[in-house]
Amino acid sequence: MTDKPEKFIDENGIRSDGRRANEIRDVKIEVGVLSRADGSCYLEFGKNKVMAAVYGPREVHPRHQQKSNRAIVRYKYNMASFSVEDRKRPGPDRRSIEVSKVSREALENQIFTEYFPKSAIDIFVEVLQADAGTRTAALNAASVALADAGIPMRSLVSACAVGKVDDTLVLDLNKNEDNYGQADVPIAMTPDGKITLLQMDGHLTPEEFKQGLEMAQEGCRQVYELQRKALMDHYSKKTEVVTEGTTAEDVKKDAPEELEDVTPVEVTEDTEETEKIDDTNETGVTKETDDTKEPGDTKATGDTEDTVKAGDVEELEDSGEEVPETGKNADETDGQMDESEEETSNE
Amino acid sequence: MDKHIVVPGDFLSDDVKKAGDGTYVSEGKVYSNLYGLASEKEKIRVVSLSGKYIPQARDLIVATVSEITFSNWIMDIKSPYEGLLNVSEYPRRIDSSDMVKYLDVGSSVLVMVKNVSRSMKVELTMRNNKLRPITSGRIVQVSAVKVPRMIGRNGSMISMLKKETNCNIVVGQNGVIWITGKDRDMDKAIEAIQIIENEAHIDGLTDRISGFLKGNVEKEQETVKPAGSEIFDELLD
Repeated sequence: MTDKPEKFIDENGIRSDGRRANEIRDVKIEVGVLSRADGSCYLEFGKNKVMAAVYGPREVHPRHQQKSNRAIVRYKYNMASFSVEDRKRPGPDRRSIEVSKVSREALENQIFTEYFPKSAIDIFVEVLQADAGTRTAALNAASVALADAGIPMRSLVSACAVGKVDDTLVLDLNKNEDNYGQADVPIAMTPDGKITLLQMDGHLTPEEFKQGLEMAQEGCRQVYELQRKALMDHYSKKTEVVTEGTTAEDVKKDAPEELEDVTPVEVTEDTEETEKIDDTNETGVTKETDDTKEPGDTKATGDTEDTVKAGDVEELEDSGEEVPETGKNADETDGQMDESEEETSNE
Repeated sequence: MDKHIVVPGDFLSDDVKKAGDGTYVSEGKVYSNLYGLASEKEKIRVVSLSGKYIPQARDLIVATVSEITFSNWIMDIKSPYEGLLNVSEYPRRIDSSDMVKYLDVGSSVLVMVKNVSRSMKVELTMRNNKLRPITSGRIVQVSAVKVPRMIGRNGSMISMLKKETNCNIVVGQNGVIWITGKDRDMDKAIEAIQIIENEAHIDGLTDRISGFLKGNVEKEQETVKPAGSEIFDELLD
């Protein structure tokens, strides 16, 4: 374990790993890496390495867990004993149970569980190497794996952390910044800005929090583009996924062009359908209409941005009571504060 | 026709009336709910690249007995849900105590989905003279989302496969394929099926399979019609 550095950010505004305050780490995503899983994804987020596998919809065991009107979603976040410097005691602990719970809730709302009554969708994420921000990396991988498994979702979920070191807000903390920084706020959201996970460890002023949320939104957008691109590339089966070595900055610039590149003519197919498939019944569609009308489902643009976010944060606070390890303190009254007392020592 | 790959949440249209399979409507806009290929005819629909078989009434499937209860055979239909075949749905009247004699655990049967309840109770039936226990041939499993490609437009792929390999092939909607014919022919057919499964998303599939079959098929003198022929053609109509 390295000691606390004197400075996290040098006079040029460069962080210890060479990034600027608003840059995320390099991301590499591979889709469909496990042959026995229904959907899978291997993801590297800086030095984090995670593997996600999705099974289902499948039969629920034990039986009593099944819900007669929808699928249940089970999410298991697990850190390998070798994923951290000092061997981690294997098995679920307080921290990974919490991470599993909040991550499940971050994805469950995006899945059309009502399409698969009495079934289970199992998501397993294994952290192979940890370097701060494993829960966001795990969520990113899980979301891609769910898409790969062909599970209907409202949208992908992208996650990214924002934090504070040296009194400066920084995007996507690395290990040192996480261990010795002043705040760590993992956030997961959909591309249209709906927040599905928000936790906070440390202290931020309400102004910092708002600014941090905006930074995280930009980070999540970049992650989303990478997730999308990984899925596109997987489909076109064009050699290796090219995200390796590409910085998020590059993707920001290149994404629109590259995304066009990966829809080549050669992979499009002519329809060969049976009558059966053509029998499009619309019951599913009407059902969706009811379910998808959610408040706050506004595209965050321009002036509306602040109100949208504030609404989302409040919603999250309400559900915060269910989150174990999340103590509420006095800070909360003066802003959207929700301090999580989780142990970060493992990361 | 325009076809492109989409991920869940991709915007598809402003016209709610165009929402087809694999899409959802939110605030007057149509989005994809799947990772797959979007295409537009009268409606926009997204065809998934992977996924499980979800039974629908009138589906023809190949099921395997996994358990026998007092009056039902519980069947594995390669789906998140199990199928129930009641004794009364067997073509002839049999006594509950004799169920094992007709269909034991492990037997495969060509069945039809009679009804699927809201709570996903899947009732199967054999009450159709085309439906019968499978006693010969081989069974291969492919992904249920590839079934439309196996069959092809108006059955073009499957009829070519049957013609070129001299096998009788029944493709269950659950992705279980029953093949009967000579051993060597069946080998060929299975090989072709595997190509179809792996390359289902690449253009010009029928031509490639046709090439594969014609290039390799040795001239066989006699073509014996295997047991259970023509079941497939009639059932699909």
